[in-house]
Amino acid sequence: MTVFALVDGNSFYCSCERVFDPRLVGRPVIVLSNNDGCAVARTPEAKALGIRMGHPFFLIRDLCRDHGVAVLSSNYTLYGDLSARMNEVYGLFSPHVEVYSIDESFLDLSGMGGRDLAAHARELRATVRQWTGIPTCVGLGPTKVLAKLANWLAKHAPELGGVCDLTDPPRRLEAMARIPVAEVWGVGPASVAKLDGIGCRTAADLAGLDHALARRLLTVVGERIVYELQGLPCLELEEVAPQRKGCAVTRMFSRRVDDLPTMLEAVAAHTTRLAEKLRHHGLATDVLTVFFHTSTHDQGPQHGAQRTVHLIEATNDTLALLSAARAAVEAIWREGFRYSKAGVMGVGLIRAEEAQRPLFGALDRERSARLIGALDAVNARWGRGTLVPAAAGLKRPWATRFERRSPRYTTRLDELPVARARG
Amino acid sequence: MFPLRQREFESEAVATLPLVLEGLCAGFPSPADDHVEEQIDLLALLMPNRPATFLWRVDGHSMRDAGIFHGDLLIVDRSLVPRHGDVVVATVNGERSLKRLWLDGPRPRLAFENAEFPAYPVPEEAEVDVWGVVRCNVHWLAGRR
Repeated sequence: MTVFALVDGNSFYCSCERVFDPRLVGRPVIVLSNNDGCAVARTPEAKALGIRMGHPFFLIRDLCRDHGVAVLSSNYTLYGDLSARMNEVYGLFSPHVEVYSIDESFLDLSGMGGRDLAAHARELRATVRQWTGIPTCVGLGPTKVLAKLANWLAKHAPELGGVCDLTDPPRRLEAMARIPVAEVWGVGPASVAKLDGIGCRTAADLAGLDHALARRLLTVVGERIVYELQGLPCLELEEVAPQRKGCAVTRMFSRRVDDLPTMLEAVAAHTTRLAEKLRHHGLATDVLTVFFHTSTHDQGPQHGAQRTVHLIEATNDTLALLSAARAAVEAIWREGFRYSKAGVMGVGLIRAEEAQRPLFGALDRERSARLIGALDAVNARWGRGTLVPAAAGLKRPWATRFERRSPRYTTRLDELPVARARG
Repeated sequence: MFPLRQREFESEAVATLPLVLEGLCAGFPSPADDHVEEQIDLLALLMPNRPATFLWRVDGHSMRDAGIFHGDLLIVDRSLVPRHGDVVVATVNGERSLKRLWLDGPRPRLAFENAEFPAYPVPEEAEVDVWGVVRCNVHWLAGRR
């Protein structure tokens, strides 16, 4: 029988912070998005105070102060490192692991030869907790949609001890009757409204829906979900991340930007990062889209601009992409607005080695490869941002804020946790 | 009561040692081929279980007699089950500190290891938890650290 497990970290970002800072244990903790904009992770104590996912921080600043909520900027370096460690541990419990997001992975537990799967899942959970310090929940099911549903139950029914097994059909039906249809993976608000119209309100209702009706109402995606809920797998494990079709670097500014030199600098910095990301994944792009816009939260005139530039050949060369991005910004720049966000996107990505050469005007690949190789080597050795094109700016007053970020405990020699050896 | 955390995972750490193999060589075979051994992989030796291994920095002199000095780098392996006599990173009342763990008495004890320090008193009501066992200590004798 096919069995999937979905493992995810509980309040993952907050749990990462708690591993290293004992003062955060037992009190409400939230982690803010880029630029300290809104809450993106909350411990149960923080949820109990009414702090929602995506709650803008300026609305809850007073609440946090009055209730002693620990408020942290996101520390993605730390979260990424702990996530990688967790996935290494998963690999000891299943030969097939699909990393679905920074805090969720699917494991294939098929063919465990009659082993007690729930016991296996409990051992996995205990090992991850002991080795990495991160508490998790595990959902087991014959399909990915059911594993995800089981994980939801494991999270919401504390008496299950963090593991919920929905592989057994009678038990599954009984449990699904208690789960709102909105909690089913892939069912969005629009689908919930449609389903509500025909009286389909629980996961069990959806599992009983006629396939043709499901397809008519929710397209082929909805039909697949119905099959999956019935225990018939339609979704396979994707162990190798599918090749990225697009890659973007977008950031809110820490303050509004209203002059061209600053905008050029910011876009150049984003482009530099985009080129690094492309090289990391062995990808190249021949289409670069640059955009910036004002914020609808601001008073005053609104404006957004976007420009797509086609390069003569697909590349991931920082300097080639920089000159394209610069041309795009200069072409669409308009004075008189206070811009809040800018971004660059590579679309239509191809594998770098498959890039076609143009007959005329080709980039000098050898020269560029040596230069970029040196750039990456320096940044790998001394930390990202050590060597940057001057166009990307050195002071960066516009850069995203991380005012409350904790130390990068696991990746920086000068930010390691400190063991007190004093009287 | 002195509630040391329950260790649920009892097995020893998993060690993976990469095998260093000679590449194919056309021409006269090296006379040393029969005597080639694996290179020593220091990382595998010091950190046999990478996902559970974390680096810590020592602040202070209370473990001097154990050969652990201010500024040293600790390799802490959370997959090790704390045993009698281990040096551990312990959480006592919300603070992380370095101590020797003694499990011979009626209840676990934590101790300094510096003759110039008084005995370490764990307050009766203290909440004590072992964060991780120190596998080894990196102490530089020359150069940067």
